[in-house]
Amino acid sequence: MTFVQFLFYFFAAIQVLAALRVVTVKNPVHAALFLVLTFVSAACMWILLEAEFLGLLLVLVYVGAVMVLFLFVVMMLDVNIAEMREGFASYMPVALVVAIIMVVEMGMVLTQRIFNVRPPVEKVADVSNTEAIGAVMYTDYVYPFEIAAVILLVAIIAAISLTLRRRPATKYQTPIEQIKVRRNDRVRLVSMKAEKKENGS
Amino acid sequence: MPDLTPAIPEIFLLTMACVVLVVDLFLKQEQRHLTFWLTQLTLVGLFLLTWNGMQTTTVTTFGGSFIRDSLADLLKLFTYVVTAAVLFYSRDYLKDRNLFKGEYPVLVLFSLLGMMVMISAGSFLTLYMGLELLSLSLYALVAFNRDSSEASEAAIKYFVLGAIASGMLLYGMSILYGLTGTLDLASVAERLAAAPEHGRVSILFGMVFILVGLAFKLGAVPFHMWMPDVYQGAPTSVTAFLGTAPKLAGFAMLIRLLVEGMDSQQASWGQIMMLLGVLSLAIGNIVAIAQTNIKRMLAYSTISHVGFIVLGVMIGSNEGYSSALFYTVIYALMSLGTFGILIVLSQKGFEAEHLDDMKGLNESHTWLAFLMLILMASMIGIPGTAGFIAKFWVLQALVESGHVALAVYAVLMSVIGAFYYLRIIKLMYVDKPEREASGRQAMDTGVVLSVNSLSMIALGLFPGILTATCLAVFAGG
Repeated sequence: MTFVQFLFYFFAAIQVLAALRVVTVKNPVHAALFLVLTFVSAACMWILLEAEFLGLLLVLVYVGAVMVLFLFVVMMLDVNIAEMREGFASYMPVALVVAIIMVVEMGMVLTQRIFNVRPPVEKVADVSNTEAIGAVMYTDYVYPFEIAAVILLVAIIAAISLTLRRRPATKYQTPIEQIKVRRNDRVRLVSMKAEKKENGS
Repeated sequence: MPDLTPAIPEIFLLTMACVVLVVDLFLKQEQRHLTFWLTQLTLVGLFLLTWNGMQTTTVTTFGGSFIRDSLADLLKLFTYVVTAAVLFYSRDYLKDRNLFKGEYPVLVLFSLLGMMVMISAGSFLTLYMGLELLSLSLYALVAFNRDSSEASEAAIKYFVLGAIASGMLLYGMSILYGLTGTLDLASVAERLAAAPEHGRVSILFGMVFILVGLAFKLGAVPFHMWMPDVYQGAPTSVTAFLGTAPKLAGFAMLIRLLVEGMDSQQASWGQIMMLLGVLSLAIGNIVAIAQTNIKRMLAYSTISHVGFIVLGVMIGSNEGYSSALFYTVIYALMSLGTFGILIVLSQKGFEAEHLDDMKGLNESHTWLAFLMLILMASMIGIPGTAGFIAKFWVLQALVESGHVALAVYAVLMSVIGAFYYLRIIKLMYVDKPEREASGRQAMDTGVVLSVNSLSMIALGLFPGILTATCLAVFAGG
């Protein structure tokens, strides 16, 4: 067993175990953290496959951004685990059937070899993935790149137009008005006769 | 530096969409009509740019990921026309509902850009990105009336199912990419044609996913479940847009992927398409009879029309493609007019969407009822209307290619479908009105609506120019 093979089995074992824990642990925060571990192990495997750019991207985007947001959401929501687990037994037979079908199908695809999968060629180019992507991103793929930019713009417009609300009836504070306020604006001195103290009150 | 000349309309549209977006920021609500007219001006500019740049030869740029051919030009021109008409119809409708905001035309323009990217797509990547641009804008438009729980429900359904469909399509594309090693549709076609016999199963595997994605987006049975709910829930002006222009882009997607990308696999995808078409005709026409909501009924009517288009493409000959192209264009115009009338009949606080709302339309709005009569006649396919020519051509292509049984089946289903169109005509002309007469429209809207509806007669009597164009589009390639 070479060192690379050892690394592969090492990361693969961590990944499978972590993925298993994601669905078996009771605490949702722990599940999210195990998902982070799964992603990191996957990123390591991709780097072993010489897809270092994808691997780094996975860590940056999924582990760094998506999962952190996910953790925030999980921590903020008051999720009742016991309630979520209700009906687990009744869904189990259907889930088992689906799972078995999927395993059989994947087995068929993998054993039939209809896809004629070959292992990737090692170090096919002398440049790194990052360099290769950088070379074509703004040249050969400038058109899809620009469309992606437009899609992001549309996402911003859509998100704002769907959520921005101006409610005239809402009461809110304006600090500048609060600072400018003078005593005379707030306090009115009324001169009135002194009243006699009533008995019993 | 790629040659930017063929893509000038797209560049112009992107620039103008951003200009509209920024200009709208500085406008007050009562000046909002400026945004509207600026949008219409953009569409006119697009039309002129595309019209002037028309060539008979196919031009590609951006390393083959952008194609400009006569199919692209024809579909783009009709997309502009449809979009402009939808904006005319929607104006008063949106004003009545406090939805007359700057984001609406901007989102429409961006979805138009998405459609144009799809229509001109030369690679899997651009096709998918155009589709996503279109879909994202449409999801937002469906949810545009955010105080309506129906619209939100429709948007969520549309979003979830649309995302699944995009996933399917992307999965199929990735499998074909893995098999051919290229994203470029022309190269994909070459390599698939040269694929060895034992590789067929894997190609089929990828193709099925692509077809499922396509059927979802077009709304062919059994992937039609989102359509009735989305059509009903969305604001009528959005439904009018959703049900017309994207179908033109969807047709382009069908042609680019199946005919230009997988021509060698026609024998396999033809069978799947046949099944989709047969099911769509049956479900579309039969289930529509049971609907009481017109928008829902029109969704099922759309499904049945998609059945015809799918059958036309299924034939796999230039004749079939041309007839399907003609059908798509006519369908978009018919559907546009029908939704236009529904929009005009809808008033502040009232949505014309039930069959009962059509009762006695002839008494209150003789002209609108007459226009609706023409549109319904065209939907049925009565001789003298464009709908007849469209149906006739597809049927003729079916018979000529030896699918006589299919042609007979399609005619039978159309006869069943005639019932619910005739029911609307009966409601309009025979029944007494149940409610106060309503419905007024601005002068320009009325003119556009009339031209739109009367074009069904004009194209029915003189289809020559359009049919010749449709034939020429595929004869070259």
